[in-house]
Amino acid sequence: MSTVLNSKVPAGPLADKWSKHKFDLKVVNPSNKRKYDIIVVGTGLAGASAAASFGELGYNVKAFCFQDSPRRAHSIAAQGGINAAKNYQNDGDSIFRLFYDTVKGGDYRSREANVYRLAQVSVDIIDQCVAQGVPFARDYGGLLANRSFGGAQVSRTFYARGQTGQQLLLGAYSAISRQIANGKVKMYNRSEMLDVVLVDGKARGIITRNLITGEIESHSAHAVVLATGGYGNVFFLSTNAMGSNVTAAWRAHKKGAFFANPCFTQIHPTCIPVSGDHQSKLTLMSESLRNDGRVWVPKKGIKGLTAKDSVKIAEADRDYYLERRYPSFGNLVPRDVASRNAKNVCDEGRGVGATGLAVFLDFADAIKRDGRDTIEAKYGNLFDMYQQITGDNPYEMPMMIYPAVHYTMGGLWVDYNLMTTVPGLYATGECNFSDHGANRLGASALMQGLADGYFVIPYTIGDYLATLGHEKVETTHEAFVQAEKEVRDRINTLMNINGEKTVDDFHKELGKIMWEYCGMSRSEEGLKKAKGMVQELKTEFWKNVKVVGGTDELNMSLEKANRVADFLELGELMIDDAMVRAESCGGHFREESQTPEGEALRIDDKFSFVSAWEFAGDNSPENLHKEDLVFENVKLTQRSYK
Amino acid sequence: MNLTLKIWRQKNAQDKGKMESFNVSDVSPDMSFLEMLDVLNEQLTRKGIDPIHFDHDCREGICGMCSMVINGRPHGPKDLITTCQLHMRSFKEGDVISIEPWRAGAFPVIKDLVVDRTSFDRIIQAGGYVNVNTGGIPDANAIPIAKKIADEAMDAAACIGCGACVAACKNASAMLFVSAKVSQLALLPQGQVERQTRVEKMVAQMDKEGFGACTNTGACEAECPKGISLTNIARLNREFFSAKLTSDNI
Amino acid sequence: MSLTGIFLILFLVEHLIGNLLLLKSDGGAAFNEFAHFMKHNPLIMVGEVVLFLGFIFHIIDGIMLVRSNNNARPVKYAVQNKSKVTSWTSKLMGPFGIILLIFLIIHLYDFFRYKYFAPVANMEGTDISDLAQLVYIKFTDPLYVAFYVISMLVVGFHIHHGFQSAFQTLGLNHKKYTPFIKALGFCFSVVITVGMSLIPLIIYYKHITLH
Repeated sequence: MSTVLNSKVPAGPLADKWSKHKFDLKVVNPSNKRKYDIIVVGTGLAGASAAASFGELGYNVKAFCFQDSPRRAHSIAAQGGINAAKNYQNDGDSIFRLFYDTVKGGDYRSREANVYRLAQVSVDIIDQCVAQGVPFARDYGGLLANRSFGGAQVSRTFYARGQTGQQLLLGAYSAISRQIANGKVKMYNRSEMLDVVLVDGKARGIITRNLITGEIESHSAHAVVLATGGYGNVFFLSTNAMGSNVTAAWRAHKKGAFFANPCFTQIHPTCIPVSGDHQSKLTLMSESLRNDGRVWVPKKGIKGLTAKDSVKIAEADRDYYLERRYPSFGNLVPRDVASRNAKNVCDEGRGVGATGLAVFLDFADAIKRDGRDTIEAKYGNLFDMYQQITGDNPYEMPMMIYPAVHYTMGGLWVDYNLMTTVPGLYATGECNFSDHGANRLGASALMQGLADGYFVIPYTIGDYLATLGHEKVETTHEAFVQAEKEVRDRINTLMNINGEKTVDDFHKELGKIMWEYCGMSRSEEGLKKAKGMVQELKTEFWKNVKVVGGTDELNMSLEKANRVADFLELGELMIDDAMVRAESCGGHFREESQTPEGEALRIDDKFSFVSAWEFAGDNSPENLHKEDLVFENVKLTQRSYK
Repeated sequence: MNLTLKIWRQKNAQDKGKMESFNVSDVSPDMSFLEMLDVLNEQLTRKGIDPIHFDHDCREGICGMCSMVINGRPHGPKDLITTCQLHMRSFKEGDVISIEPWRAGAFPVIKDLVVDRTSFDRIIQAGGYVNVNTGGIPDANAIPIAKKIADEAMDAAACIGCGACVAACKNASAMLFVSAKVSQLALLPQGQVERQTRVEKMVAQMDKEGFGACTNTGACEAECPKGISLTNIARLNREFFSAKLTSDNI
Repeated sequence: MSLTGIFLILFLVEHLIGNLLLLKSDGGAAFNEFAHFMKHNPLIMVGEVVLFLGFIFHIIDGIMLVRSNNNARPVKYAVQNKSKVTSWTSKLMGPFGIILLIFLIIHLYDFFRYKYFAPVANMEGTDISDLAQLVYIKFTDPLYVAFYVISMLVVGFHIHHGFQSAFQTLGLNHKKYTPFIKALGFCFSVVITVGMSLIPLIIYYKHITLH
């Protein structure tokens, strides 16, 4: 165990840790709660649920989001569902099984106690959402319906058509709206956090930019909660929203919050491939398509093979590579395996489509077997969506798919209370690193966001506040003045460079480097090369970026420039982290660490740790701290899908 | 293909604003509409001209942020999609495309194509929720809900709050948006307790924001990217009348 | 709008039935009898006031609605909504209303002028106003006939949207019944337009074939 990192995991049996801990936490007297101010940055599932719950408890909350409304956060885009260990289907699910599956799915790189707590509170989430009026799918008897998702062996996923994230977010949005109406939450739309303010080593406020007026504002509070989501947009192309960014988390990192496992990113195998340089984001197609679709490429590479022409290729000339390599799992191998193999066949020059970076997902056999109507009933809306985007009709020709960055398991390091290494600064949801290890299970992101916001942080934050005292820090305090100045200086620097290249030029270049060398598959040599490239790019950025418009108005190129500047720094840290983790595990494959058959090889005796990086000043290497992972309740096994 | 765009440009809320013409060349049919605007914006930025500001975020048709009236139709010429899901293969060489912001008194323009839709938030804050605190909730299966009712509630709940209904309506009425939320909660047992006060408060806030009244033209339903049905407006009217008839509020 | 609208629609039924009496080849006796009854029955007299109020409310309500709806969009679109899905009648309810208001003023002006004609005796021998005569004379003027027929077309369009819209506003929308209501509204608007227009056209036709 690192001397710096204290995970504060309570002692005692796994199942009792959380209830015991809840009792041990100090509580703030109800009449004193109104004396405390809490800042919540981000209003997705984790942020909105936390802000609403704080408001209900009686705290004064200021909530911030960069979108025009808290209802737009990218949690809204989650399609599949939310896991909960309700065991409504009587198929043997339990809290322990959900815990076990999550730890195993994360390839044994997450903290046992956190994951167990997540599984415990998962059941309360469903109750809470139903009470809010979330219209989950139901059976004819009127009870909640479940489905099996992402290869889970039990049906524990609750869903609302293909819009589960939307419905859960609107539930949280309704809760926060209620607190806004009650005056307990003050909402700041179109506001971006640009720094966190520390007073006496404790987080006491933030600096924001009002995106409409350009005004730099100081906000003081007793604690700050970051629920700002993941950093998948470091790759430029990802399934994240265009505005998703790392800025809030990164500024917190630079003020002392350790960044954990930054290289852990999840690559989703079934996305619509890139169609050209104009591509701005990638669209996810539900993983369920692999239940009936067969993945293939031609045995010999054919340059620019279109889906239309592919139907003419004889059966003997096709390589159904997943079925060939993994006879027992076939097309249903886990996300990382499917993704990696797609990349491999494309690297071999057998990729299809105009870019050569795609594989076919073919429904011809399924349509022949089950009939078009059956396939339409199952996947009709997905097929329509595909046709909408690509112009190809998947009933007549195969789809083309390619992996894309989808989720980031890494994030700010937090202890059992979800507090970062900066006292009073918390991180929840995708913004922290805590629950998903090296790979996230399907339908677990929504669960974690809401668990943190509704059922964990409302308890744990009280413990901190109770010891803090309720004196306020004025925004005239030197620390605020200094932070505001730094933010202004940085904006002015960006505006005055007036170079040749646009922000997107840099972002796209960074994305290409990260995808090539720090994506699905990494090697020491590639990472070294990438590090140099990112450093050069960063230097060029600060000399040659062109930001137009003014500072005191809505200026989207300035917003982007601010975010990309942080992505450039994060990119370098991700590469450093990937370098240190010389094992294949979870979502990523390290070329030096593979079995003789070319499969991922995890090395538990060397890498059973969380890497937590400490910022050590601009342009100097960050300090690595390791939190050792101890597994007392699960047995570590190597995955096999042969 | 090569296109001419006529785009509304307005520096800020105080500016009068006007339509300006832009040419974009080498547009690929595989581009999305917003990617085509990205290309234009990159060109403008290189020339040192402030790019065209427009709202967008998820670019997969669910966040409800994108908001453009394209050739007179909110979210463009195709039904049941948002602007970000519109692709350039819906257009042809030489087309002249007009792009305007949502137009409504309750959606003031902030800049170019960006409008302020916080009036929608305030309507929800007026009562578009169930008054429950976190925790202490009975089991989710304690109240069975008929599948048909749950499905109908889901149909209404699919609203993404983009405001295309307001943009499409000749009266700039927000009835479809309000009715979607009122319907969802009026259908579900969880919404029964506050059924009457909710509809009264939400309608009052809607009127206060300056949205127009519904004259049942059906433009909202026709342009809604999520196919929210007019039956919700009828339900809202029903709920409203019954609340007005029986409630104590004068 | 919906309640007064439905009330006015009901009035139109009565009006059409009364008007059809004009087509009876009795020199307008039946129509005059009907008009006399309508004028002197105390119940109908009360009804007339209610009807008048119905019109007034419908008009004032309509004007307020159009005004507030115009204010809801201070800056108009440069390119108009080209959505082809919605019915064009629904978008022109205001202009239709204005045309109908003009028609109504002229119509009432004529109606209240009938006292200038010499009374005629009815079946029982009492003298009653010869309203039919006024109508017959009016409808010999082709311009007046055209104005009347066009106005009746507008009435039809107004009802075409108004009928089903009233049900929607009252919250009466149901998968099973709404298509029926819409069809009924369409039929009703056709019946009113055709029925009301036939009267001047036939009278005018008779007039020109006679002379």
